[in-house]
Amino acid sequence: MDKLKFRIFKSHLLHYSVVVLAALMAVPLVAILGKVAVEGFRNLTLEFLFQPAPTTYEAVMASAAGHAIPGGISNGLVGTLLMLLMSSAISIPVGILSGVFLAEHRSTVFAKVSSYMTDILQGTPSIILGVIVYAWIVIPMKGYSAIAGSIALCIMMLPLIVRSTEEAVKMLSSSYKEAALALGGSYFRTVWKVLLPSAFGQIFTGVLLAVSRIVGETAPLMFTALGCAIVQWDVTQPMSSVPLLIWQFFNNPTLQPLLWSASLVLLVFVLLLNVSSKIVTNKWKI
Amino acid sequence: MENINNTILEIRDLCVAYTADKLSVSHVSTDIPRNQITAIMGPSGCGKSTLLRAINRMHELYRGIQVSGELLIDGQDLLKINAMRVRREVGMVFQRPNPFPTMSIADNVLAGYSLNGIRLEKSMRQSIVEQSLKSVGLWNEVKDSLTKRGTFLSGGQQQRLCIARALALKPKLILMDEPTSALDPIATTTIENLLVELKNEVSIIIVTHNMGQAKRISQKSLFMYLGELVEGGSTEQMFSDPADRRTKSYLSGNIG
Repeated sequence: MDKLKFRIFKSHLLHYSVVVLAALMAVPLVAILGKVAVEGFRNLTLEFLFQPAPTTYEAVMASAAGHAIPGGISNGLVGTLLMLLMSSAISIPVGILSGVFLAEHRSTVFAKVSSYMTDILQGTPSIILGVIVYAWIVIPMKGYSAIAGSIALCIMMLPLIVRSTEEAVKMLSSSYKEAALALGGSYFRTVWKVLLPSAFGQIFTGVLLAVSRIVGETAPLMFTALGCAIVQWDVTQPMSSVPLLIWQFFNNPTLQPLLWSASLVLLVFVLLLNVSSKIVTNKWKI
Repeated sequence: MENINNTILEIRDLCVAYTADKLSVSHVSTDIPRNQITAIMGPSGCGKSTLLRAINRMHELYRGIQVSGELLIDGQDLLKINAMRVRREVGMVFQRPNPFPTMSIADNVLAGYSLNGIRLEKSMRQSIVEQSLKSVGLWNEVKDSLTKRGTFLSGGQQQRLCIARALALKPKLILMDEPTSALDPIATTTIENLLVELKNEVSIIIVTHNMGQAKRISQKSLFMYLGELVEGGSTEQMFSDPADRRTKSYLSGNIG
Protein backbone atom coordinates (compact mmCIF):
# COMPACT_ATOMS: atom_id res chain seq x y z
CA MET A 1 0.00 0.00 0.00
CA ASP A 2 2.83 2.36 0.90
CA LYS A 3 4.51 1.53 -2.36
CA LEU A 4 1.42 2.65 -4.24
CA LYS A 5 1.28 5.95 -2.32
CA PHE A 6 4.92 6.55 -3.17
CA ARG A 7 4.21 5.95 -6.83
CA ILE A 8 1.31 8.37 -6.79
CA PHE A 9 3.57 10.91 -5.05
CA LYS A 10 6.23 10.48 -7.73
CA SER A 11 3.66 10.91 -10.45
CA HIS A 12 2.42 14.17 -8.90
CA LEU A 13 5.95 15.40 -8.39
CA LEU A 14 6.79 14.85 -12.04
CA HIS A 15 3.57 16.45 -13.18
CA TYR A 16 4.12 19.64 -11.19
CA SER A 17 7.78 19.91 -12.12
CA VAL A 18 6.80 19.80 -15.78
CA VAL A 19 4.23 22.53 -15.25
CA VAL A 20 6.70 24.72 -13.35
CA LEU A 21 9.45 24.24 -15.93
CA ALA A 22 7.05 25.05 -18.76
CA ALA A 23 6.09 28.26 -17.00
CA LEU A 24 9.76 29.12 -16.47
CA MET A 25 10.29 28.85 -20.23
CA ALA A 26 8.11 31.91 -20.72
CA VAL A 27 10.18 34.02 -18.33
CA PRO A 28 12.96 35.05 -20.78
CA LEU A 29 10.43 36.02 -23.44
CA VAL A 30 8.35 38.08 -21.02
CA ALA A 31 11.51 39.71 -19.66
CA ILE A 32 12.75 40.63 -23.14
CA LEU A 33 9.39 41.97 -24.25
CA GLY A 34 9.00 43.95 -21.02
CA LYS A 35 12.42 45.55 -21.15
CA VAL A 36 12.20 46.49 -24.84
CA ALA A 37 8.66 47.79 -24.49
CA VAL A 38 9.37 49.93 -21.43
CA GLU A 39 12.64 51.39 -22.75
CA GLY A 40 11.52 51.67 -26.34
CA PHE A 41 8.17 53.27 -25.74
CA ARG A 42 9.77 56.37 -24.19
CA ASN A 43 11.12 57.77 -27.49
CA LEU A 44 8.53 56.22 -29.75
CA THR A 45 6.44 58.75 -31.63
CA LEU A 46 4.76 58.65 -34.99
CA GLU A 47 7.57 60.92 -36.18
CA PHE A 48 10.04 58.19 -35.29
CA LEU A 49 8.66 56.04 -38.12
CA PHE A 50 8.72 58.79 -40.75
CA GLN A 51 12.02 60.58 -40.13
CA PRO A 52 15.45 59.33 -41.15
CA ALA A 53 18.11 58.71 -38.52
CA PRO A 54 19.78 61.88 -37.20
CA THR A 55 23.43 62.64 -37.73
CA THR A 56 25.74 62.82 -34.75
CA TYR A 57 25.85 66.60 -35.14
CA GLU A 58 22.06 66.93 -35.00
CA ALA A 59 21.92 64.67 -31.97
CA VAL A 60 24.65 66.53 -30.12
CA MET A 61 23.04 69.89 -30.85
CA ALA A 62 19.63 68.70 -29.72
CA SER A 63 20.85 67.24 -26.46
CA ALA A 64 23.00 70.33 -25.77
CA ALA A 65 19.87 72.43 -26.16
CA GLY A 66 18.03 70.05 -23.85
CA HIS A 67 15.67 68.73 -26.54
CA ALA A 68 14.87 65.14 -27.33
CA ILE A 69 17.00 63.65 -30.06
CA PRO A 70 15.22 64.28 -33.39
CA GLY A 71 14.74 61.84 -36.22
CA GLY A 72 13.77 58.20 -36.51
CA ILE A 73 14.30 55.11 -38.54
CA SER A 74 12.47 55.74 -41.82
CA ASN A 75 15.63 55.10 -43.87
CA GLY A 76 15.92 51.71 -42.19
CA LEU A 77 12.23 50.86 -42.57
CA VAL A 78 12.22 51.67 -46.28
CA GLY A 79 15.42 49.68 -46.79
CA THR A 80 14.12 46.69 -44.84
CA LEU A 81 10.85 46.63 -46.77
CA LEU A 82 12.49 47.06 -50.18
CA MET A 83 15.08 44.36 -49.55
CA LEU A 84 12.44 42.01 -48.13
CA LEU A 85 10.34 42.56 -51.22
CA MET A 86 13.21 41.87 -53.60
CA SER A 87 14.45 38.79 -51.81
CA SER A 88 10.91 37.42 -51.46
CA ALA A 89 10.21 37.96 -55.15
CA ILE A 90 12.92 35.43 -55.95
CA SER A 91 12.96 33.09 -52.98
CA ILE A 92 9.20 32.49 -52.71
CA PRO A 93 8.52 31.15 -56.24
CA VAL A 94 11.84 29.31 -56.48
CA GLY A 95 11.48 27.91 -52.98
CA ILE A 96 7.91 26.70 -53.46
CA LEU A 97 8.66 25.02 -56.79
CA SER A 98 11.76 23.31 -55.39
CA GLY A 99 9.81 22.23 -52.32
CA VAL A 100 7.11 20.64 -54.45
CA PHE A 101 9.77 18.91 -56.51
CA LEU A 102 11.57 17.54 -53.46
CA ALA A 103 8.31 16.28 -51.95
CA GLU A 104 7.13 14.68 -55.18
CA HIS A 105 10.39 13.00 -56.11
CA ARG A 106 11.54 12.22 -52.60
CA SER A 107 12.90 8.79 -53.47
CA THR A 108 15.25 9.90 -56.24
CA VAL A 109 18.95 10.33 -55.54
CA PHE A 110 18.90 13.85 -56.96
CA ALA A 111 16.14 14.91 -54.56
CA LYS A 112 17.91 13.35 -51.61
CA VAL A 113 21.14 15.14 -52.44
CA SER A 114 19.47 18.52 -52.98
CA SER A 115 17.42 18.06 -49.84
CA TYR A 116 20.62 17.46 -47.89
CA MET A 117 22.22 20.52 -49.48
CA THR A 118 19.22 22.60 -48.47
CA ASP A 119 19.85 21.54 -44.89
CA ILE A 120 23.47 22.57 -45.11
CA LEU A 121 22.57 25.92 -46.66
CA GLN A 122 20.11 26.48 -43.83
CA GLY A 123 22.87 25.83 -41.33
CA THR A 124 25.41 28.14 -42.97
CA PRO A 125 26.27 31.05 -40.65
CA SER A 126 24.72 34.21 -42.07
CA ILE A 127 27.96 36.17 -41.74
CA ILE A 128 29.61 33.76 -44.18
CA LEU A 129 26.80 34.32 -46.66
CA GLY A 130 27.53 38.03 -46.30
CA VAL A 131 31.20 37.51 -47.09
CA ILE A 132 30.34 35.32 -50.09
CA VAL A 133 27.88 37.84 -51.53
CA TYR A 134 30.45 40.55 -50.94
CA ALA A 135 32.93 38.61 -53.09
CA TRP A 136 30.39 37.64 -55.73
CA ILE A 137 28.29 40.78 -56.09
CA VAL A 138 29.72 43.76 -54.27
CA ILE A 139 33.23 43.52 -55.74
CA PRO A 140 32.17 42.93 -59.39
CA MET A 141 29.50 45.66 -59.09
CA LYS A 142 32.13 47.98 -57.61
CA GLY A 143 30.01 49.05 -54.69
CA TYR A 144 27.63 48.18 -51.90
CA SER A 145 23.99 48.01 -52.93
CA ALA A 146 20.52 46.96 -51.85
CA ILE A 147 20.62 44.36 -54.62
CA ALA A 148 23.58 42.66 -52.98
CA GLY A 149 21.79 42.80 -49.64
CA SER A 150 18.66 41.26 -51.13
CA ILE A 151 20.66 38.42 -52.66
CA ALA A 152 22.20 37.62 -49.29
CA LEU A 153 18.76 37.62 -47.65
CA CYS A 154 17.34 35.59 -50.52
CA ILE A 155 19.93 32.84 -50.00
CA MET A 156 18.95 32.77 -46.34
CA MET A 157 15.21 32.57 -47.03
CA LEU A 158 15.39 29.95 -49.72
CA PRO A 159 16.12 26.85 -47.61
CA LEU A 160 13.44 27.85 -45.09
CA ILE A 161 10.77 28.08 -47.78
CA VAL A 162 11.94 24.94 -49.59
CA ARG A 163 11.81 22.97 -46.35
CA SER A 164 8.38 24.19 -45.24
CA THR A 165 6.85 23.63 -48.70
CA GLU A 166 8.36 20.17 -48.88
CA GLU A 167 6.94 19.24 -45.48
CA ALA A 168 3.53 20.70 -46.34
CA VAL A 169 3.24 18.75 -49.59
CA LYS A 170 4.55 15.56 -48.00
CA MET A 171 1.88 15.77 -45.32
CA LEU A 172 -0.94 15.87 -47.85
CA SER A 173 -2.65 12.55 -48.30
CA SER A 174 -1.63 10.99 -51.60
CA SER A 175 -5.31 10.27 -52.18
CA TYR A 176 -5.92 13.88 -53.30
CA LYS A 177 -3.24 13.59 -55.92
CA GLU A 178 -4.54 10.20 -57.04
CA ALA A 179 -8.09 11.53 -57.20
CA ALA A 180 -7.03 14.49 -59.33
CA LEU A 181 -5.00 12.34 -61.71
CA ALA A 182 -7.79 9.74 -61.85
CA LEU A 183 -10.05 12.46 -63.27
CA GLY A 184 -7.68 12.80 -66.19
CA GLY A 185 -5.92 15.86 -64.83
CA SER A 186 -2.46 16.67 -66.12
CA TYR A 187 0.35 16.63 -63.61
CA PHE A 188 0.76 20.39 -63.86
CA ARG A 189 -2.92 21.09 -63.16
CA THR A 190 -2.93 18.56 -60.34
CA VAL A 191 -0.10 20.44 -58.66
CA TRP A 192 -1.58 23.85 -59.41
CA LYS A 193 -5.24 23.21 -58.58
CA VAL A 194 -5.09 20.53 -55.91
CA LEU A 195 -1.70 20.12 -54.24
CA LEU A 196 -0.67 23.77 -53.86
CA PRO A 197 -4.09 25.04 -52.70
CA SER A 198 -4.37 22.20 -50.19
CA ALA A 199 -0.93 22.97 -48.81
CA PHE A 200 -1.41 26.75 -49.05
CA GLY A 201 -1.89 27.42 -45.34
CA GLN A 202 1.28 25.61 -44.38
CA ILE A 203 3.32 27.07 -47.22
CA PHE A 204 2.18 30.60 -46.39
CA THR A 205 3.02 30.03 -42.74
CA GLY A 206 6.48 28.91 -43.81
CA VAL A 207 6.94 32.05 -45.90
CA LEU A 208 5.90 34.31 -43.01
CA LEU A 209 8.27 32.54 -40.64
CA ALA A 210 11.08 32.79 -43.20
CA VAL A 211 10.48 36.52 -43.51
CA SER A 212 10.44 36.93 -39.75
CA ARG A 213 13.71 35.04 -39.51
CA ILE A 214 15.58 37.23 -41.98
CA VAL A 215 14.05 40.58 -41.10
CA GLY A 216 16.39 40.84 -38.14
CA GLU A 217 19.51 39.73 -39.99
CA THR A 218 22.35 42.20 -39.61
CA ALA A 219 25.59 40.42 -40.37
CA PRO A 220 25.03 39.69 -44.08
CA LEU A 221 23.83 43.25 -44.68
CA MET A 222 26.98 44.77 -43.19
CA PHE A 223 28.95 43.32 -46.09
CA THR A 224 26.40 44.04 -48.79
CA ALA A 225 23.87 46.82 -48.23
CA LEU A 226 26.22 48.67 -45.85
CA GLY A 227 23.72 51.30 -44.69
CA CYS A 228 22.72 54.79 -45.73
CA ALA A 229 21.95 57.99 -43.84
CA ILE A 230 19.04 59.08 -46.04
CA VAL A 231 15.90 57.38 -47.30
CA GLN A 232 17.19 55.54 -50.33
CA TRP A 233 14.86 54.18 -53.03
CA ASP A 234 17.53 53.39 -55.62
CA VAL A 235 18.29 49.69 -55.20
CA THR A 236 21.69 49.95 -56.89
CA GLN A 237 22.87 52.16 -54.05
CA PRO A 238 23.81 51.33 -50.46
CA MET A 239 20.73 51.09 -48.29
CA SER A 240 19.98 50.98 -44.59
CA SER A 241 17.81 48.54 -42.67
CA VAL A 242 16.32 48.51 -39.20
CA PRO A 243 18.83 46.05 -37.72
CA LEU A 244 21.72 48.00 -39.31
CA LEU A 245 20.40 51.15 -37.66
CA ILE A 246 20.20 49.38 -34.30
CA TRP A 247 23.87 48.48 -34.69
CA GLN A 248 24.76 52.05 -35.61
CA PHE A 249 22.79 53.49 -32.71
CA PHE A 250 24.56 51.11 -30.37
CA ASN A 251 27.98 52.17 -31.61
CA ASN A 252 27.29 55.90 -31.36
CA PRO A 253 26.95 57.11 -27.75
CA THR A 254 24.98 60.18 -28.76
CA LEU A 255 22.38 58.14 -30.63
CA GLN A 256 21.92 55.46 -28.00
CA PRO A 257 18.55 56.75 -26.78
CA LEU A 258 17.10 55.66 -30.15
CA LEU A 259 18.37 52.11 -29.74
CA TRP A 260 15.44 50.81 -27.74
CA SER A 261 12.74 52.35 -29.89
CA ALA A 262 14.25 50.88 -33.04
CA SER A 263 14.47 47.50 -31.30
CA LEU A 264 10.84 47.77 -30.24
CA VAL A 265 9.71 48.44 -33.83
CA LEU A 266 11.67 45.46 -35.11
CA LEU A 267 10.42 43.20 -32.34
CA VAL A 268 6.78 44.19 -32.90
CA PHE A 269 7.18 43.52 -36.62
CA VAL A 270 8.57 40.03 -35.97
CA LEU A 271 5.86 39.31 -33.40
CA LEU A 272 3.16 40.37 -35.85
CA LEU A 273 4.58 38.02 -38.48
CA ASN A 274 4.60 35.17 -35.97
CA VAL A 275 1.07 35.83 -34.80
CA SER A 276 -0.23 36.06 -38.37
CA SER A 277 1.47 32.79 -39.23
CA LYS A 278 -0.49 31.16 -36.38
CA ILE A 279 -3.71 32.70 -37.65
CA VAL A 280 -3.02 31.53 -41.20
CA THR A 281 -2.27 28.00 -40.01
CA ASN A 282 -5.56 27.80 -38.16
CA LYS A 283 -7.64 29.44 -40.82
CA TRP A 284 -6.41 27.34 -43.75
CA LYS A 285 -6.34 24.09 -41.86
CA ILE A 286 -7.78 21.31 -44.02
CA MET B 1 -21.48 -9.42 -82.33
CA GLU B 2 -24.07 -9.30 -79.61
CA ASN B 3 -21.45 -10.42 -77.18
CA ILE B 4 -19.22 -7.46 -78.06
CA ASN B 5 -22.07 -5.03 -77.67
CA ASN B 6 -22.82 -6.31 -74.22
CA THR B 7 -19.22 -6.02 -73.17
CA ILE B 8 -17.76 -2.69 -72.14
CA LEU B 9 -14.27 -3.91 -71.37
CA GLU B 10 -12.33 -6.98 -72.44
CA ILE B 11 -9.43 -7.86 -70.18
CA ARG B 12 -6.90 -10.03 -71.99
CA ASP B 13 -3.98 -11.75 -70.30
CA LEU B 14 -3.43 -8.90 -67.84
CA CYS B 15 -0.38 -9.16 -65.62
CA VAL B 16 0.80 -6.67 -63.00
CA ALA B 17 4.11 -7.01 -61.18
CA TYR B 18 5.38 -4.78 -58.37
CA THR B 19 8.68 -6.65 -58.34
CA ALA B 20 10.23 -8.46 -61.26
CA ASP B 21 10.04 -11.93 -59.72
CA LYS B 22 6.40 -11.99 -58.65
CA LEU B 23 3.14 -11.35 -60.48
CA SER B 24 0.56 -9.68 -58.25
CA VAL B 25 -2.06 -10.07 -60.94
CA SER B 26 -1.36 -13.12 -63.04
CA HIS B 27 -2.71 -13.62 -66.58
CA VAL B 28 -6.25 -12.44 -65.96
CA SER B 29 -8.71 -12.59 -68.87
CA THR B 30 -12.37 -11.77 -68.57
CA ASP B 31 -15.14 -9.58 -69.98
CA ILE B 32 -16.81 -6.75 -68.08
CA PRO B 33 -20.49 -6.49 -69.05
CA ARG B 34 -21.97 -3.16 -70.15
CA ASN B 35 -24.44 -1.43 -67.82
CA GLN B 36 -24.02 -3.96 -65.10
CA ILE B 37 -22.18 -4.10 -61.80
CA THR B 38 -19.21 -6.43 -61.74
CA ALA B 39 -17.85 -7.29 -58.31
CA ILE B 40 -14.27 -8.38 -57.70
CA MET B 41 -13.99 -10.41 -54.50
CA GLY B 42 -11.19 -12.12 -52.72
CA PRO B 43 -9.15 -12.10 -49.53
CA SER B 44 -6.68 -9.31 -48.70
CA GLY B 45 -3.66 -9.18 -50.96
CA CYS B 46 -5.24 -11.26 -53.70
CA GLY B 47 -4.67 -8.53 -56.29
CA LYS B 48 -8.20 -7.19 -56.67
CA SER B 49 -7.28 -3.53 -56.13
CA THR B 50 -4.14 -4.02 -58.20
CA LEU B 51 -6.26 -5.29 -61.07
CA LEU B 52 -8.68 -2.39 -60.72
CA ARG B 53 -5.93 0.22 -60.67
CA ALA B 54 -4.40 -1.24 -63.81
CA ILE B 55 -7.56 -0.37 -65.74
CA ASN B 56 -7.19 3.41 -65.35
CA ARG B 57 -3.39 3.20 -65.40
CA MET B 58 -2.88 4.37 -61.81
CA HIS B 59 0.18 2.14 -61.56
CA GLU B 60 2.04 4.56 -63.81
CA LEU B 61 2.18 7.06 -60.97
CA TYR B 62 4.66 4.86 -59.14
CA ARG B 63 8.00 3.59 -60.26
CA GLY B 64 8.79 0.06 -61.25
CA ILE B 65 5.31 -1.40 -61.60
CA GLN B 66 5.03 -3.53 -64.74
CA VAL B 67 1.67 -3.94 -66.50
CA SER B 68 1.19 -6.11 -69.56
CA GLY B 69 -1.71 -7.53 -71.54
CA GLU B 70 -4.66 -5.86 -73.24
CA LEU B 71 -7.57 -3.81 -71.95
CA LEU B 72 -10.00 -3.33 -74.83
CA ILE B 73 -12.74 -0.75 -74.47
CA ASP B 74 -14.78 -0.46 -77.69
CA GLY B 75 -11.95 -2.23 -79.45
CA GLN B 76 -9.36 0.28 -78.27
CA ASP B 77 -6.50 -0.86 -76.05
CA LEU B 78 -6.42 1.33 -72.93
CA LEU B 79 -2.78 0.45 -72.38
CA LYS B 80 -1.82 1.96 -75.72
CA ILE B 81 -3.53 5.36 -75.61
CA ASN B 82 -2.73 8.47 -73.59
CA ALA B 83 -3.24 7.83 -69.86
CA MET B 84 -5.04 11.16 -69.33
CA ARG B 85 -7.60 10.22 -72.00
CA VAL B 86 -8.07 6.81 -70.39
CA ARG B 87 -8.78 8.36 -67.01
CA ARG B 88 -11.36 10.72 -68.49
CA GLU B 89 -13.27 7.74 -69.85
CA VAL B 90 -12.74 5.49 -66.85
CA GLY B 91 -13.67 7.15 -63.55
CA MET B 92 -12.54 6.06 -60.13
CA VAL B 93 -13.96 6.18 -56.61
CA PHE B 94 -11.58 5.49 -53.75
CA GLN B 95 -11.83 3.62 -50.49
CA ARG B 96 -11.86 6.75 -48.35
CA PRO B 97 -13.99 9.68 -49.46
CA ASN B 98 -11.54 12.30 -50.76
CA PRO B 99 -13.31 15.43 -51.97
CA PHE B 100 -10.74 18.14 -52.68
CA PRO B 101 -10.44 20.00 -49.38
CA THR B 102 -10.03 23.49 -50.79
CA MET B 103 -12.92 23.30 -53.27
CA SER B 104 -16.60 23.98 -52.76
CA ILE B 105 -19.17 21.26 -53.36
CA ALA B 106 -19.93 22.63 -56.83
CA ASP B 107 -16.24 22.96 -57.69
CA ASN B 108 -15.65 19.40 -56.57
CA VAL B 109 -18.28 18.17 -59.01
CA LEU B 110 -16.67 20.25 -61.77
CA ALA B 111 -13.11 19.33 -60.78
CA GLY B 112 -12.78 16.88 -63.66
CA TYR B 113 -13.37 19.71 -66.10
CA SER B 114 -11.08 22.23 -64.45
CA LEU B 115 -8.33 19.64 -64.08
CA ASN B 116 -8.62 18.90 -67.78
CA GLY B 117 -8.47 22.59 -68.61
CA ILE B 118 -12.00 22.60 -70.06
CA ARG B 119 -13.78 25.93 -69.64
CA LEU B 120 -17.55 25.78 -69.36
CA GLU B 121 -20.21 28.44 -69.63
CA LYS B 122 -22.07 29.27 -66.45
CA SER B 123 -25.35 27.63 -67.51
CA MET B 124 -23.45 24.52 -68.51
CA ARG B 125 -21.67 24.42 -65.17
CA GLN B 126 -24.93 24.74 -63.30
CA SER B 127 -26.61 21.98 -65.24
CA ILE B 128 -23.66 19.60 -64.82
CA VAL B 129 -23.57 20.24 -61.07
CA GLU B 130 -27.31 19.78 -60.71
CA GLN B 131 -27.49 16.69 -62.90
CA SER B 132 -24.50 14.98 -61.30
CA LEU B 133 -25.65 15.70 -57.77
CA LYS B 134 -29.16 14.53 -58.62
CA SER B 135 -27.90 11.26 -60.00
CA VAL B 136 -26.20 10.50 -56.67
CA GLY B 137 -29.22 11.67 -54.67
CA LEU B 138 -27.30 14.51 -53.08
CA TRP B 139 -28.98 17.47 -54.79
CA ASN B 140 -31.78 17.97 -52.25
CA GLU B 141 -29.36 17.70 -49.36
CA VAL B 142 -26.79 20.23 -50.60
CA LYS B 143 -28.54 22.48 -53.11
CA ASP B 144 -28.48 25.41 -50.65
CA SER B 145 -24.84 24.95 -49.71
CA LEU B 146 -23.14 24.43 -53.05
CA THR B 147 -20.49 27.01 -52.19
CA LYS B 148 -19.54 25.35 -48.92
CA ARG B 149 -16.50 23.15 -48.81
CA GLY B 150 -17.04 19.50 -49.65
CA THR B 151 -15.29 18.40 -46.50
CA PHE B 152 -18.16 19.71 -44.34
CA LEU B 153 -20.39 16.85 -45.48
CA SER B 154 -20.75 13.56 -43.63
CA GLY B 155 -18.64 10.60 -44.76
CA GLY B 156 -21.45 9.02 -46.76
CA GLN B 157 -22.33 12.34 -48.40
CA GLN B 158 -18.65 12.94 -49.21
CA GLN B 159 -18.45 9.56 -50.90
CA ARG B 160 -21.56 10.35 -52.97
CA LEU B 161 -19.95 13.68 -53.87
CA CYS B 162 -16.91 11.74 -55.08
CA ILE B 163 -19.17 9.53 -57.20
CA ALA B 164 -20.83 12.67 -58.62
CA ARG B 165 -17.35 14.06 -59.37
CA ALA B 166 -16.54 10.94 -61.36
CA LEU B 167 -19.95 10.88 -63.10
CA ALA B 168 -19.70 14.53 -64.16
CA LEU B 169 -17.18 13.64 -66.85
CA LYS B 170 -19.63 11.10 -68.30
CA PRO B 171 -17.25 8.15 -68.18
CA LYS B 172 -17.97 4.83 -69.86
CA LEU B 173 -16.85 2.87 -66.85
CA ILE B 174 -16.44 3.61 -63.15
CA LEU B 175 -13.98 1.75 -60.96
CA MET B 176 -14.77 1.56 -57.27
CA ASP B 177 -12.19 0.42 -54.76
CA GLU B 178 -14.13 -0.72 -51.67
CA PRO B 179 -16.18 2.48 -51.71
CA THR B 180 -18.17 1.67 -48.58
CA SER B 181 -15.53 0.15 -46.34
CA ALA B 182 -15.04 3.44 -44.46
CA LEU B 183 -18.77 4.10 -44.07
CA ASP B 184 -21.45 3.16 -41.56
CA PRO B 185 -24.19 0.64 -42.50
CA ILE B 186 -26.83 3.28 -43.29
CA ALA B 187 -24.54 5.21 -45.63
CA THR B 188 -23.47 1.90 -47.14
CA THR B 189 -27.08 0.97 -47.94
CA THR B 190 -27.66 4.39 -49.53
CA ILE B 191 -24.64 3.94 -51.77
CA GLU B 192 -25.53 0.36 -52.68
CA ASN B 193 -29.02 1.45 -53.75
CA LEU B 194 -27.47 4.30 -55.69
CA LEU B 195 -25.10 1.99 -57.57
CA VAL B 196 -27.97 -0.29 -58.58
CA GLU B 197 -29.71 2.73 -60.14
CA LEU B 198 -26.53 4.13 -61.69
CA LYS B 199 -25.74 0.99 -63.63
CA ASN B 200 -28.31 2.08 -66.21
CA GLU B 201 -26.09 5.06 -67.02
CA VAL B 202 -22.64 3.63 -66.60
CA SER B 203 -20.87 0.29 -66.23
CA ILE B 204 -19.40 -0.30 -62.79
CA ILE B 205 -16.60 -2.47 -61.45
CA ILE B 206 -16.52 -2.65 -57.69
CA VAL B 207 -13.85 -4.23 -55.54
CA THR B 208 -15.34 -5.45 -52.32
CA HIS B 209 -14.27 -7.27 -49.25
CA ASN B 210 -17.86 -7.84 -48.38
CA MET B 211 -19.41 -10.95 -49.92
CA GLY B 212 -22.90 -9.82 -48.94
CA GLN B 213 -22.42 -6.59 -50.85
CA ALA B 214 -21.33 -8.44 -53.99
CA LYS B 215 -24.35 -10.70 -53.69
CA ARG B 216 -26.75 -7.81 -53.15
CA ILE B 217 -25.72 -5.50 -55.97
CA SER B 218 -23.64 -7.23 -58.63
CA GLN B 219 -24.69 -9.16 -61.70
CA LYS B 220 -21.28 -10.58 -62.44
CA SER B 221 -18.68 -11.66 -59.90
CA LEU B 222 -14.99 -12.37 -60.17
CA PHE B 223 -13.20 -14.28 -57.46
CA MET B 224 -9.46 -13.73 -57.16
CA TYR B 225 -7.01 -15.65 -55.05
CA LEU B 226 -3.24 -15.06 -54.81
CA GLY B 227 -3.21 -12.95 -57.96
CA GLU B 228 -5.16 -15.37 -60.09
CA LEU B 229 -8.67 -15.02 -61.37
CA VAL B 230 -10.10 -18.26 -60.00
CA GLU B 231 -13.60 -17.94 -61.26
CA GLY B 232 -15.82 -15.42 -62.98
CA GLY B 233 -19.46 -15.59 -63.91
CA SER B 234 -22.95 -14.54 -62.98
CA THR B 235 -23.24 -13.62 -59.33
CA GLU B 236 -26.26 -15.83 -58.86
CA GLN B 237 -24.44 -18.82 -60.23
CA MET B 238 -21.29 -18.17 -58.21
CA PHE B 239 -23.06 -17.84 -54.90
CA SER B 240 -25.36 -20.84 -55.44
CA ASP B 241 -22.99 -23.21 -57.18
CA PRO B 242 -19.34 -22.15 -57.32
CA ALA B 243 -17.27 -24.18 -59.76
CA ASP B 244 -13.91 -24.03 -57.98
CA ARG B 245 -13.32 -25.42 -54.52
CA ARG B 246 -11.34 -22.29 -53.55
CA THR B 247 -14.35 -20.12 -54.37
CA LYS B 248 -16.52 -22.49 -52.40
CA SER B 249 -14.29 -22.35 -49.35
CA TYR B 250 -14.03 -18.53 -49.57
CA LEU B 251 -17.78 -18.12 -49.84
CA SER B 252 -18.34 -20.50 -46.94
CA GLY B 253 -15.85 -18.56 -44.84
CA ASN B 254 -13.11 -21.15 -44.69
CA ILE B 255 -10.43 -18.98 -46.30
CA GLY B 256 -9.78 -15.25 -46.35
